Amino acid sequence: MTENKTLLKPSRPVGIIGYGAYVPRYRLPAREVARVWTGGKGGLPIKEKAVPGLDEDVVTMSIEAARNALARARIDPTEIRAVWVGSESHPYAVKPTSTIVAEAIGAVPNTQAADWEFACKAGTEAMVASIGMVGSGMAHYALAIGMDTAQGKPGDALEYTAGAGGAAFLLGPAEESLAVIQSTYSYVTDTPDFWRREYQKYPEHGMRFTGEPAYFKHITEAGKAMMEANGTTAKDYKWAVFHQPNTKFPQRAASMLGFSMEQIEPGLLVPVIGNTYAGAAIIGLTATLDIAEPGDRILMVSFGSGAGSDAFDILVTDAVKERRERAPKTQEYISRRTEIDYATYVRYRGKLAMK
Amino acid sequence: MENEIIIAGIGQTSVGEHWEISLRELGFYAMDAAMQDAGGIRPQALFVGNMLAPNLSNQAHLGALLADFAGLTGIEAALVEAAGASGGAALRQGYLAVKSGMVDAALVVGVEKFTDTIGPDTEAALATASDSDFEATQGLTPTAQAALLMRRYMHEFDVPADGLAGFPLLAHANGTGNPNAMFQKAIKAEAYQKAEMVCDPINLFDMAPHADGAAAVLLTRCDRLPIDYPYPLIRIAASAQATDTLALHDRSDPLFLEAVQISTGKALKQAGISVDQVNFFEYHDSYSIYAALSLEAAGFAPRGKGWELARDGALSLTGRLPCATLGGLKARGNPGGATGVYQTVEAALQLRGLAGRNQVREFRFGMIQSLGGPASTAVTHILERLQS
Repeated sequence: MTENKTLLKPSRPVGIIGYGAYVPRYRLPAREVARVWTGGKGGLPIKEKAVPGLDEDVVTMSIEAARNALARARIDPTEIRAVWVGSESHPYAVKPTSTIVAEAIGAVPNTQAADWEFACKAGTEAMVASIGMVGSGMAHYALAIGMDTAQGKPGDALEYTAGAGGAAFLLGPAEESLAVIQSTYSYVTDTPDFWRREYQKYPEHGMRFTGEPAYFKHITEAGKAMMEANGTTAKDYKWAVFHQPNTKFPQRAASMLGFSMEQIEPGLLVPVIGNTYAGAAIIGLTATLDIAEPGDRILMVSFGSGAGSDAFDILVTDAVKERRERAPKTQEYISRRTEIDYATYVRYRGKLAMK
Repeated sequence: MENEIIIAGIGQTSVGEHWEISLRELGFYAMDAAMQDAGGIRPQALFVGNMLAPNLSNQAHLGALLADFAGLTGIEAALVEAAGASGGAALRQGYLAVKSGMVDAALVVGVEKFTDTIGPDTEAALATASDSDFEATQGLTPTAQAALLMRRYMHEFDVPADGLAGFPLLAHANGTGNPNAMFQKAIKAEAYQKAEMVCDPINLFDMAPHADGAAAVLLTRCDRLPIDYPYPLIRIAASAQATDTLALHDRSDPLFLEAVQISTGKALKQAGISVDQVNFFEYHDSYSIYAALSLEAAGFAPRGKGWELARDGALSLTGRLPCATLGGLKARGNPGGATGVYQTVEAALQLRGLAGRNQVREFRFGMIQSLGGPASTAVTHILERLQS
């Protein structure tokens, strides 16, 4: 098997031309969920999660993030040849999110547009596909978005963390980039740890099964294969970002792969915005790019249930310093904060059946 | 002597969440280990103790399944089911088969695969062990049933809120010395006091965790052992099984486990010993309350005083009646229909003197007891190390 662990590398080097994050303003503290469901008892997996407002969904939030990416990239949106949105909360079952986003940012009509689905790694899946588009020369620019307004069943363990937010990445030729994506590697198996069937409102999960054989196995296998193929260790990277469903999982995954808590600190946003599912790893990357220095190397590993991980080896270029100032930083979205109580959350998320 | 039924081989898997290992593989690992441990004796009969495979794994017909998978096709094989007592009941069927002379060697395997399902599906399966028409349909689960008993026990006998803490504390302390235990970490009294309620007054530590596992023993007559058999001989000195009402509400005195009393009494009589001669006792601590009630019904403690034995340290490895010596159901884990066979394997390790740092000091007679539901079935065996 080892000989087939080849890295994915395009024939033409590809990089990040612009990036943008979006986090809605509202915050539901985990203690509020505990107050309602457990009488305030039990441990809390995070501090609080971001909640979308009444007029927000994956379409509006993707547009916000895409506009931030374009503001940083300063390119003509008609040059974009793919607008791909990964999410598990697309507003429509049939009708793409991506056409609405493409229209809103002025990328229509000469473009691909499609929605991606792979639980929490739909966003990085769209990025890998975009690398293919740009790297093959089929497109000069491609836009990959991972965005979610995650669903948590009332009272379920996931309700504490199911948050909202995500990021957009405009990919293009490496020579124009603020960070070069040097290679990627994907690791996928049939592992039923978390799912939501058609017409179901909330996902189900296999309790502890979501940890060992799902999250940890896939993240560490993808991360290890990436580093083995590159001949690198954790010390060769300045920063690392792992999919973050709660605070402990990425911390433990980092330790298992030899990374320190300092290396993951800038991208570890789950304690204050929750698990943003398809946006979780990549919004961590935006926060890391917000503070990275030229020459810094970053390892990002996403995880999607069902299950799989995409690993990225990223090298930051000089352009990062100027471009990151052109749009709101991820931490600015995080500090833009209005706390709500559980009842308001129930109203905003449409959890009361009105008819 | 040549007619004594000897536990010639033992085998077990670790207990835990074995997501990657199927029902048949779990069973096979334990069976293979037991046959090898017995010096390669090939059994003529296989008795499988299992409680929930038809519900949890959509698999019945475990006798043929496991005989086939273990390469034993052709031998006699069948399932023995008595809820949580399935393992003990399978051991008794194996014992009877060899004792009758119809079979020279019998393999007994207990196997349970819990992690094929989660949540409500698992709860619904577990509830099939109770009275479906009069208990399960009313929403009574095995845990709720144990909670009712524990509350009544605390009320009747003035037991303090943390009175039963001694049982899980003991189990976890002993689990630290068992490499196959699900929990190998000791807990402190404060942890018990702070633990979440599962079903008041049963907290997280008053309930044994359901988990995957398999254990097996190979039984044969003394005269069938290989000449170079390396272990001290352990015989089944007594085997007894009894029933009580299936539904808890049909009992005039729910706090007295009559099936425990009957099966223990018969077993002691068959072994020809008094209760004081039992060196250690592997009780069925699926819930703390059943450990207390078993000690009382078996005659180790007066009514309402079973919990004091745990509190006072009498059940520790150095106490007057060591119990749950390798962690019991609470710390080793509760793999349903396999637990009775785990108890047998663990008692055999003690009697062989191979229990490592959990070795009890006196080890001639060990008693093991497997309960189904609220002791609607009780199976009691006494194992004896034969003096060479």
